[in-house]
Amino acid sequence: MWTFIHKLGSPPWFFGFSGTLVRWLLPVTVTLLLVGAVWGLLVAPPDFRQGNSYRIIYIHVPAAVVALAGYYVMAFAGAVSLIWRIKMADVTMRAAAPVGAVLTAIALVTGAIWGKPTWGAWWVWDARITSMLILLFLYLGVVALFEAYENKTAAARACAVLSLVGMVNIPIIYKSVDWWYSLHQPASIKFTGESAIDSSMLYPLLLMILAFYCLFALTLLLNMRAELLWNHRDSGWLKQLVGDI
Amino acid sequence: MYFESLAAVWHMDGHGFYVWLAYALTALPLVLMVWLPLKRIRQHWRWLQAEQRRSAAATQSTAMGSDV
Repeated sequence: MWTFIHKLGSPPWFFGFSGTLVRWLLPVTVTLLLVGAVWGLLVAPPDFRQGNSYRIIYIHVPAAVVALAGYYVMAFAGAVSLIWRIKMADVTMRAAAPVGAVLTAIALVTGAIWGKPTWGAWWVWDARITSMLILLFLYLGVVALFEAYENKTAAARACAVLSLVGMVNIPIIYKSVDWWYSLHQPASIKFTGESAIDSSMLYPLLLMILAFYCLFALTLLLNMRAELLWNHRDSGWLKQLVGDI
Repeated sequence: MYFESLAAVWHMDGHGFYVWLAYALTALPLVLMVWLPLKRIRQHWRWLQAEQRRSAAATQSTAMGSDV
């Protein structure tokens, strides 16, 4: 286990490992997304109150769930980078930020589209929507902050601090439906006990959540590989790799 | 399959516009999110290959120069 973690910090090893992983993840992600989308759009029954508009759930909820999970990845990488000064942690943090931003934006946009036929409005300043909007700004803030600094070591440190401070927002998003009067319903899927959603709707939803997790891992790895290729363009291991192929 | 015809899939009892708009606005960024880094990786890789050819050519020409 420790040797594995130790290896993750080594760019040449990571580059080879992520290359193999990406070759598997790409077809798996595409297949899961397509199967999940067809299942959710065409096979699952309509909701008895919302009709067919509820089908947006199959992209809205997975995007939101993984946007939140992605923030943990980014903040954790930021903490590792601050404490141990590991370069690979910086790369991970920076690769996660744009992915998280896109997923949060998808959750907000699909939520707005779903809100129109369901609540009668594209946008309301509901506690959960507002806290998700803050999440989007945090992700974009990390991207922008890194670009703002000339000194990239200082930039990485500032981004790590920002992402750690932003962690405060995560429990607020989770608890927003319980703490405030919200248009969002409380959680329907529970790890313990009966879920308040029929299995004919639950299975495609779980499949789509899995698909979005795979997508997050895939795009994170791709961004990291692109970054590593450029950062290590003068390294011996990379020159050897290019020469071998 | 829940729907009976392609038109029903498209219309979705009046919700078709919202559902298809949401899926389209999701599909586009998802494709870009995978395609853009792949493109960047390919560009960097080509740059590295070209760089290697340049340096190989440079060492060869200096070697030839020293013969003369």
